[in-house]
Amino acid sequence: MLDVKGIHTYYGLSHILFDVSLTVSKGEVVGLLGRNGAGKSTTMRSIMGLTPPKEGSVAFNGEDITGRKPYLLFRKGIGYVPDDRRVFADLSVDDNLDIVHNREAAWNKDRVYGLFPALGEIKTRRAGNLSGGEQQMLTIARALMGGPELLLLDEPTEGLAPLIVRDLEEQILKLRDAGISILLSEQNVRSALKMISRAYVIDNGSIRFEGTVSELEANEEVKKKYLMV
Amino acid sequence: MLRDMLEGRGRIWWAAVVIFMFLLPFILPRFYLYLLSIILLTGLLATSLNLVLGYGGIFQFHHAVFYGAGAYGTALILTKTGLSPWISFIVGPLVSAALGLIMGWICIRLSKLYFAMLQISLGSLVWIIVYRWYSFTGGDDGIHGIPLPDILSSSNNAYYFTLVVTLICLFAMYKVIKSPFGSALQGIRDNPVRCEMIGINVKRHQLLALIIAGFFAGVAGSLFVVVDNTVFPDMLFWTLSLEICIMCLLGGWFTFLGPMLGAAIIIALRTFVSTYTTYWALVLGILMALVIFFLPNGVLGYIEEKIKKGFIEPVIKE
Repeated sequence: MLDVKGIHTYYGLSHILFDVSLTVSKGEVVGLLGRNGAGKSTTMRSIMGLTPPKEGSVAFNGEDITGRKPYLLFRKGIGYVPDDRRVFADLSVDDNLDIVHNREAAWNKDRVYGLFPALGEIKTRRAGNLSGGEQQMLTIARALMGGPELLLLDEPTEGLAPLIVRDLEEQILKLRDAGISILLSEQNVRSALKMISRAYVIDNGSIRFEGTVSELEANEEVKKKYLMV
Repeated sequence: MLRDMLEGRGRIWWAAVVIFMFLLPFILPRFYLYLLSIILLTGLLATSLNLVLGYGGIFQFHHAVFYGAGAYGTALILTKTGLSPWISFIVGPLVSAALGLIMGWICIRLSKLYFAMLQISLGSLVWIIVYRWYSFTGGDDGIHGIPLPDILSSSNNAYYFTLVVTLICLFAMYKVIKSPFGSALQGIRDNPVRCEMIGINVKRHQLLALIIAGFFAGVAGSLFVVVDNTVFPDMLFWTLSLEICIMCLLGGWFTFLGPMLGAAIIIALRTFVSTYTTYWALVLGILMALVIFFLPNGVLGYIEEKIKKGFIEPVIKE
């Protein structure tokens, strides 16, 4: 479904990603693991067209989408939840969802509120006044409103209380069961392993390891060297 | 707060205000009625600017061009063609909307201050064309004694026409701001990149907002023709644009009715202070400085804040 082939991304002159390749198949939750500053977010941003790669290609459902505008990618079915988890602070929860470009009627507010009941109870509240966990739910809900086939989740559990992290994990698994493919970037390996079936380990802008969860768990060297587990 | 004011109990208050405004011609002398009409249409102009400036975060610094274009569009149809005068009131705003589309289409490639600079340049270009094209626009002299339909020629009826059209336009703009389109516009103001990530075509949204704002500015221009019977090139001059921006800031550019209040304050100042001194702008300058220092959200923004703190407790539903 998603096929990233050998992308090189730069911020200005600094070379950030070196020949990163990865794939996500339909209905799969794939982890992109690595330390702070390893290149996880940049990979996400490169896929979403926010920092288009200078070399290499990104294909979605067999179509080359390298360097396309983010809003067009969203309309093709890629939802992106950035790590800064910023909502539109001045708008209400409802309005935050209303402004999303809806490409599939199957995903509507009722369904999203069904998935995140806590949000349904605070519909009219100003989004800027929500707690961190609620804001994170809202950003995911917002991405879902577009009816994505693929969801890019950039460190969804970062900075959240353990109890809320557990809730979020359950909800992410529900999304997988609803048939949405997910590329999940995480520093928190223990939390990520509960959700993913396959993993890429990234460090210094290069993919250092790829394999299934059991392969990763068996590989002490990778875990120690790149994930500090 | 505005939502509360428009629904439920607040509605009665608004109805009272509107009825009061309809009764004013029986009380007020002609001059004040004229002044009130000018305040209403200028307030409409400032509100249309605020749609893109306050809610959209687009630095449309030369908004008066659309006001002038609407006025000239109406005036030229009235004087140069034999078409029904009512058509001219539609043509004026449409000319402005079309100009909004053209200028917006060119300027929207840039953002923030660069947008503002280009917009001022293009607007000045329109101004100089109107200013110099004597045979068509009357140039420096403008157009005077524009023939109006009989029903609008009395000052009472001109006031009523202005009041009704302004109310309809304000209501329409309020609806625009409260629609998903309006929410998206505020989202773009807060963070355009984030909006792109949820599938919003940012440039097209902004362009549409500019066209809508241009249209309503054109309506204000047409109303000016009705109230004042004249048009002149100064209506497109950039100093007027600056004045409208000040109205938005003064009244409160994050509130819907702020610009209307700002327009009322500035026009009242200009009218009454200028009878004492020609340096009325000095008073305005001092007032503006005070507002920026002490009421950064504008007069109405300040009042809303006070009401929120004092009377309406935040409702927590947990």
